[in-house]
Amino acid sequence: MILRAEGLRKLYGQFCALDGVSLAISAGEFVSIIGPNGAGKSTLVNVLTGVLRPTAGTVTFRDRDVSGIGPARLARLGIARSFQLVQIFPDLTVLETLQAAVVSRLGHGTRLFASLAADRAVREGALEVAELFGLGPKRHVRARHLPQGDKKLLDVASAFALRPQIILLDEPTSGVSTADKTAIMETLVSASRRIGVQAIIQVEHDMDIVFGYSDRIIALHEGRVLADGPPATIEADRRIVDTVIGRRARAR
Amino acid sequence: MSGRFVLALALGATVLAPLVAPTYHVLLMLPFMAYAVALLGLNLLFGYTGLVSFGHALFLGVGAYTGAFLTSVFNVRSMETILAAAAALGALVAAPVGALCVRYVKIYFGMLTLAFGMVFYTFVLKFYRLTGGDEGMPFLRPALVGRSLEDLPKTDYLVGPYYYYSLAVLVLATLVMWRIVRSPFGLCLKTIRDNPTKAETLGIGVARYRWCAFVISAVYAAVGGALLGPPTGNVDPTLAYWTQSGNIVFMTLLGGFASFFGPVLGAFVFIYLQDWVMSVVPFWRLIFGAILAAIVIVAPGGLAGFWVRRPPVEASSP
Repeated sequence: MILRAEGLRKLYGQFCALDGVSLAISAGEFVSIIGPNGAGKSTLVNVLTGVLRPTAGTVTFRDRDVSGIGPARLARLGIARSFQLVQIFPDLTVLETLQAAVVSRLGHGTRLFASLAADRAVREGALEVAELFGLGPKRHVRARHLPQGDKKLLDVASAFALRPQIILLDEPTSGVSTADKTAIMETLVSASRRIGVQAIIQVEHDMDIVFGYSDRIIALHEGRVLADGPPATIEADRRIVDTVIGRRARAR
Repeated sequence: MSGRFVLALALGATVLAPLVAPTYHVLLMLPFMAYAVALLGLNLLFGYTGLVSFGHALFLGVGAYTGAFLTSVFNVRSMETILAAAAALGALVAAPVGALCVRYVKIYFGMLTLAFGMVFYTFVLKFYRLTGGDEGMPFLRPALVGRSLEDLPKTDYLVGPYYYYSLAVLVLATLVMWRIVRSPFGLCLKTIRDNPTKAETLGIGVARYRWCAFVISAVYAAVGGALLGPPTGNVDPTLAYWTQSGNIVFMTLLGGFASFFGPVLGAFVFIYLQDWVMSVVPFWRLIFGAILAAIVIVAPGGLAGFWVRRPPVEASSP
């Protein structure tokens, strides 16, 4: 196991967003977290990525307790994430955005008087990721001027530029046209292999994407794990189909 | 006109100014150069990190009073020693102040820096026996590069050796800052300015970088403050008053915080415009208030914004 969560509880006042969630992620897995709105998916991602400290329970990464240590330290340890609502640096170019991630990964951020332009390791690392995600031709375009789909891709690509061991993708295809969704997922999977990402965890609503790519699916409902198993088992469970997946998936 | 050509032209004019311009206008260049150094630092915080300080007069004051103490109390006359001491003290004061302030952003950061600025102002105003209170302290003529220059008349000293000394400090400060904003460190600051949440998830420790930017900007302000002393020969608390903090933010906005040289241009225009407006009308603050309002509404990019237009797609480069 490279990531393990045990007995996670998260309270917002009286409201219990997570109620004893436990899960374990092994190397080589592609895990999807599904659930209706309010099931606790985003809270779970925020707890796993150190943004939120759990009210109770622990998150361990390679046997180290990382509960609530903050996203910056977690990213440096090897857990990266992308966001549901696209997060970019509007005034930076595509290349600068990816360079920032590589600077962080290589620990070059303390170099006050070094030339960024002359830092070959940073530039090559950024260009490699730009090419992997098809952003090479747009490397000098400011992020604010990219089309929405490319902004999403840049957000994800910058997380990959950290060369993380685990990557958490919060709805990686949201806001993207149906036609582009498969292309984005194929890019993600291919980039993961090239970069050596050991596990992908995604939160996703599109059941075609979930069932098409996942090795394992974790279904959340009202802050609890309703089911945790391979896609075939999940799809065969009428209780989950009725509660989480809905009619659309049943018709598949 | 290319940027490099304009820059070379401006530098050439500045070098030649004491030879051709009236003494009065040359003397006005001295506060311009001192403020320009301070503004290069302030803009690292403002334009590159996204934090607006309303208390940076604190560090102007630290620099100026360091020079006054060294020259009038300890009889240390070396300007290099004064600048080094001002930079060190600026960093020393900024370290704890910055550690507290950078935990907050936007108006809370601004108000906290203002509060620290007012604490320092009150200190120098009320500790009369130490600082001379509202009368201030003399900043005796410093020696430049080991030369005392005591025999020169004051004006000759200021428009001659001291002018070129200030220019050299400004050029050096500009080169160092140019390197900083184009370093990996500078890139991390820009990510924090644009989107601190995203920067954090890329492993960039936002508070640590903001603190570093704060300390560097304080060092620049302190050096600028030390340069302000010799032209007047006296340092008083008005230099550390909150209106000074407002003035340097105004200069930054006037020139344009989105451009590297914008604040330097802002300092130049502010100093000469203020001098001219004050000679024409008694209520110069009214005129400047109107100018500030016009900048914010009509030209948020400042004066540099009229010249530097960011194209949506930059030309591809290797």
